[in-house]
Amino acid sequence: MIALDKNRAKTERYVADYEKIEGEIAAHEPIWLHQIRKEAISRFQELGFPTIKEEEWRHTNVTPIVKREFTLAGAAAIDSLPDTIHHVTFPDSDFTQLVFVNGFFSPRLSHLNSLQDGIRVESLAQAIACDANALEPYLSRLGSYEEHPFAALNTALFRDGAYVHIKKGVVARTPIHLLFISTSPKQAVVSYPRTLVVAGAESQATIIESYAGVEGEVYFTNAVTEIAVGENAVIEHYKLQRESAQAFHIANMLFYLDRSSNFASHSISLGGSLVRNNVNAALNDEGIECTLNGLVMAAGKQHIDNHTYIDHARPHCASHELYKNIVDDHATGVFKGKILVRRDSQKTDAKQTNMTLLLSDEASIDSMPQLEIYADDVKCTHGATTGRLDENALFYLRTRGIGKPAAKNLLTYAFANEIINRIRIDAVREQLEQILRERLPFEQND
Amino acid sequence: MPTATETIKDLALHEYKYGFVTDIESDVAPKGLNEDIIRFISAKKNEPEFLLEWRLKSFRHWLTMVEPTWPHVKYPSIDYQDIIYYSAPKAKSGKPKSLDEVDPELLATYEKLGIPLREREMLAGVAVDAVFDSVSVATTFKKKLSELGIIFCSFSEAVEHHPDLVRKYLGSVVPYTDNFFAALNSAVFSDGSFVYVPKGVRCPMELSTYFRINAANTGQFERTLIVADDDAYVSYLEGCTAPMRDENQLHAAVVELIAHDHAQIKYSTVQNWYPGDKEGKGGIYNFVTKRGKCLGVNSKISWTQVETGSAITWKYPSCILLGDNSVGEFYSVAMTNHYQQADTGTKMMHVGKNTKSTIVSKGISAGRSNNTYRGLVKIGKAAENARNYTQCDSMLIGEKCGAHTFPYIDVKNNTAQIEHEASTSKIGEDQIFYCRQRGISTEDAVSMIVNGFCKEVFRELPMEFAVEAQKLLGISLEGSVG
Repeated sequence: MIALDKNRAKTERYVADYEKIEGEIAAHEPIWLHQIRKEAISRFQELGFPTIKEEEWRHTNVTPIVKREFTLAGAAAIDSLPDTIHHVTFPDSDFTQLVFVNGFFSPRLSHLNSLQDGIRVESLAQAIACDANALEPYLSRLGSYEEHPFAALNTALFRDGAYVHIKKGVVARTPIHLLFISTSPKQAVVSYPRTLVVAGAESQATIIESYAGVEGEVYFTNAVTEIAVGENAVIEHYKLQRESAQAFHIANMLFYLDRSSNFASHSISLGGSLVRNNVNAALNDEGIECTLNGLVMAAGKQHIDNHTYIDHARPHCASHELYKNIVDDHATGVFKGKILVRRDSQKTDAKQTNMTLLLSDEASIDSMPQLEIYADDVKCTHGATTGRLDENALFYLRTRGIGKPAAKNLLTYAFANEIINRIRIDAVREQLEQILRERLPFEQND
Repeated sequence: MPTATETIKDLALHEYKYGFVTDIESDVAPKGLNEDIIRFISAKKNEPEFLLEWRLKSFRHWLTMVEPTWPHVKYPSIDYQDIIYYSAPKAKSGKPKSLDEVDPELLATYEKLGIPLREREMLAGVAVDAVFDSVSVATTFKKKLSELGIIFCSFSEAVEHHPDLVRKYLGSVVPYTDNFFAALNSAVFSDGSFVYVPKGVRCPMELSTYFRINAANTGQFERTLIVADDDAYVSYLEGCTAPMRDENQLHAAVVELIAHDHAQIKYSTVQNWYPGDKEGKGGIYNFVTKRGKCLGVNSKISWTQVETGSAITWKYPSCILLGDNSVGEFYSVAMTNHYQQADTGTKMMHVGKNTKSTIVSKGISAGRSNNTYRGLVKIGKAAENARNYTQCDSMLIGEKCGAHTFPYIDVKNNTAQIEHEASTSKIGEDQIFYCRQRGISTEDAVSMIVNGFCKEVFRELPMEFAVEAQKLLGISLEGSVG
């Protein structure tokens, strides 16, 4: 009981944050959204912050987030990107780029020049203000704030974010880059970025979400992304997480897939001190193909946790999942991947693989690949491996005159490259290859 | 001509063969649980003071615990005051001295079960300890074993004659604080088997225990303790049955294994408690804590289980690999049918250096049953060069059943090499068709395929029991394939 009360006390700060902004919400937002926010904040109060006694959080302790006092981020006007995070943009490409600072849209840093007909990319706050009716069927209808306290918190407190709408049959020529940056030079801030993507039937698009912050700064990003993929649509989603090494990052991603759609998500986690990604894919109709790829590179004292959940609710769907963890130094990795095959979801083809490379004596991993199957005519497999670099491969490289550190890096690079190689956008892939090569130098100088 | 599905269904509809009740007068404790009942049990068994103390400590600790809810099983809550915690067949005059003195009705029961004690004694060379409700009825082959210095007797006898050994090892692997059901068992356990194999002795025969719940409304809480001293070897088998009753009965056993330097323990279970009827009414709740400790270097503990019975099976035979180079193995076949639920698997805790573990789990679910594998492989910080291989295969027969896999892999040492694989499949129409082409009936074909699916595990069973297990699986499958 005492523990519970303590937990309550910690939630009060956030409830107070909500009360502060509620007047504004009531004044500017439609009633349905206000209602959702009210429900979300009371749900958050009920749930409280999770503890390691809860199965979903047994390996991730959020105490560092709970005990820190974050200030609710306000709109920060900055004229240019801080130099330290300049590298997260794609300057040589023609991507449509939206930049958000502490969760608020920054028109000065964004460029929307190349937008085609039938594609809307704008600030979520603006969309709510002008065209709330279009959002009503989607916003937070997909989000499960019922179960996840952090999703509930985001739902109650988000002020802005990205809204992408692609009309039926429209094929986006260029990827859409949503860049969320955090800056908190004075005090630690918490921001609640919210992304809603609605892809109409037969549309095609690529969405890139980037999260970055000023190195050395402490802040907390609590993001929710909802993507509704229409019939026969082909959507690619990338999440590049390069937060500051002191930052906290918790993200809930919810993908709702309609009949015969093809969806792929690639999640690359490089930064953050305490990171948790919840990836939820709901396969709501027949003939869907869903791919989830993930790469984690954790070093120092980082803790990176990926929870994925694939819900095969209907027959004749396929899902492929490959998550790779590279854990070095004192870092810890967590992977939990669940595949649920519901009754009558016959002919499901689900494959899940989780591979972990432990590079140091102090690194550790908790891996939980799970299958829950209620239909008989299905093909479901999962596999998990954990180990260090192959001694024989290392020896082979060394006999060819490659030094030990270079040989190690080369093998680690190859391990990571299986994910990087699957990235279809050249600019993104090249940038990540560049990052990997910097982290894992293997070219011989002499 | 029956189709494949129909035959599968028929197999699944077979009747429980061991559901008879033996009419024997029993000595029972009143229903319910309190300190008086524990004192009553303890007094009935003439236990030394330390054991009573231990029971009471367990009971007091149990009162502070709550029943766990995390397994993937559903059952109505158990009223622990509605259970009879002690039921013993009423002996005519004290304890039987030899088989000749055992109540002939009891012996007949075991005949029906297919364990003719006498015959086994003479032909098979298997030493059997039979536990009826809560009391050990007869132990065969005692003399021959004692010549080698092996102690194989009921737990009560061990308490009486070897209190020091019991005191030393009881609760050393599964402390009474371990979990809800282990605490309950520690408080009220009535009997069980005790095995001690002294240094350097290789037990020449399979030791075996048969458990049977006979009386109504009783719970069976037996406790098995097996100790293999340095360089010893023992292979142990337990089998279980219960009569058909409408109410659910609770079975909460504890098994502790201890292997010293270079010792080997092989523990095989064929569990065939009454699984309940076709509508899922009745049946045994089998909530068991089984754990082995590889205490010494180069020791080995191997669990093999064939789980076909029980309304709910909830158990994880585990190995704590403390000694360097120690080996843990777990081979399991779990078959569920109708409304049965099984949540079973293992825990391999690697602590010592160069420890190895192998897990092979085969789950077969039919009817409306749910079959879950849940396992933990934990590699501690000091466990250099640990190695684990895990394979979990599930087979689904029919579209209303479920098969689940929940492995946990926690690695704290980077020299470890861990592999986990799981797959799910069903019996293909093409496989059945292939067999039928060759003149094999659908039913035989399914039985063949299922047996092939489980072969890796059956291979690990002692010869005599492998045959029995195959038959049992055949019966469990009867009418479920087509």
